[in-house]
Amino acid sequence: MNTNSNTYTIVYATVVVIIVAVLLALVSQVLGPRQQANVQLDQQKQILGALKQDITGCDDPAALYFSLVKDTLDVNGHPVYVAVIDNEPKFVLKLKGAGLWGGIGGYLALDKDLNTIYGANFNHESETPGLGALIVELPFRQQFEGKHIRNEEGRVVSVAVLKAGTQAEGQEQVDALSGATITSTGVSDMLKANLAEYADFLNVKHCCGHCKGNCEGKCGHHHDGEEGHHHEGCCGHHHEGEACQGHCHHHDQAAECGHTAEGDQPAEGGQTSNIE
Amino acid sequence: MALSQKTKETLLGPLNANNPVVVQVLGICSALAVTVQLKPALVMGVAVTIIVAMSNVIISLLRNTIPMRIRIIVQLVVVAALVTLVSEVLKAFAYDVAMQLSVYIGLIITNCILMGRLEAFAMTNKVWDSFLDGLGNGLGYAAILIIVAFFRELFGAGTLLGFRVIPESWYVANGGFYENCGMMMMPAMALIIVGGIIWAHRAINKEEK
Repeated sequence: MNTNSNTYTIVYATVVVIIVAVLLALVSQVLGPRQQANVQLDQQKQILGALKQDITGCDDPAALYFSLVKDTLDVNGHPVYVAVIDNEPKFVLKLKGAGLWGGIGGYLALDKDLNTIYGANFNHESETPGLGALIVELPFRQQFEGKHIRNEEGRVVSVAVLKAGTQAEGQEQVDALSGATITSTGVSDMLKANLAEYADFLNVKHCCGHCKGNCEGKCGHHHDGEEGHHHEGCCGHHHEGEACQGHCHHHDQAAECGHTAEGDQPAEGGQTSNIE
Repeated sequence: MALSQKTKETLLGPLNANNPVVVQVLGICSALAVTVQLKPALVMGVAVTIIVAMSNVIISLLRNTIPMRIRIIVQLVVVAALVTLVSEVLKAFAYDVAMQLSVYIGLIITNCILMGRLEAFAMTNKVWDSFLDGLGNGLGYAAILIIVAFFRELFGAGTLLGFRVIPESWYVANGGFYENCGMMMMPAMALIIVGGIIWAHRAINKEEK
């Protein structure tokens, strides 16, 4: 047979491509669920990392994950994972940004005041090993713990990643990695940009956001149990300062919310202090 | 198992005298990229070995049917299919390693060793010989990767396969005298080590001749 004729060449190429396509489609179908499970497990491990859970030697991280993370909220398409650790709610935000060579990402766990960082976890696609890649290591991540993402006025200003010796203005800071300036700046920018994306969650929640932020649609759910607690910690605190004016209207909603839940006395109390 | 002289040469030649990396200087790009630590280097070596051997076998099987005008394309399709296969399998069964190797698994397609062996050997040789040639070249490549990664991880991070070799107490940070060589982490250092290996290799082989 003439293997150099046009017809043969075209038929040959077609057959080869079809065989390869079918084979790969098949493999992708068979392995797909397993890969999905891996991706999901990886994400759960990272969230556990942000929640400061040590999963080395943990046989079943997924079980640990589901025992801690109770709920997932959606804020304009960005997920908020609600975890409960030692009876305290923690809110885990998802981060996505750019490093030096490729994408970086991570999870930031906030305490219930939506200000104090409980824990942070970072990942990267292809940062330089030993330099930028160190963002995934504990010494870098632990710096974030206990830092505040808000300034004294309560505005969300993020946490800066700066080289030791420089002083951030109006926000808290952690030390950058030496030799990895661009990755460090990437982390800093990522935090800032992503916290801005979560503004609807952070800001509304911030002042009686407990009501507004979560009230829409699922008021009762969130008012079970810790209603009074939140109103005291959240609203009362801020109404002592001057930041009160702009937020007052939230109280109406707080009151509205209150109707749907029992025991809205503390909310009333919050309003009283507001009027004062 | 007694191997014939020719078989031995096909299989073992690429490990030393005709090494794809240090003699033919092929596949340097990935040798720089994945040798910061031993583990990814090992996985990369195994992956390339499997892919070269398999694609050599497939192309050798097809060698009399492949239209000459599109032979490079057919070779590329076969290699690409195998690489995708390996990448999918890694993602399903060794997710961490797959993430570590990231794009470099996909870039095996562009590894010159593959196209080089297919074009120079598999197109004109029998299936079994092609398989041995692929195996030998893959292992020759893996060997260099492992040597480079050994030095880079040992001196760059003080660990081997993730286990600490240089004690923590030696480090300056803990009051010792030792510090990791940051240069080892940079791709340039891999090139310098490969250069060193080529130098040593030439010097030794010269004596033999």
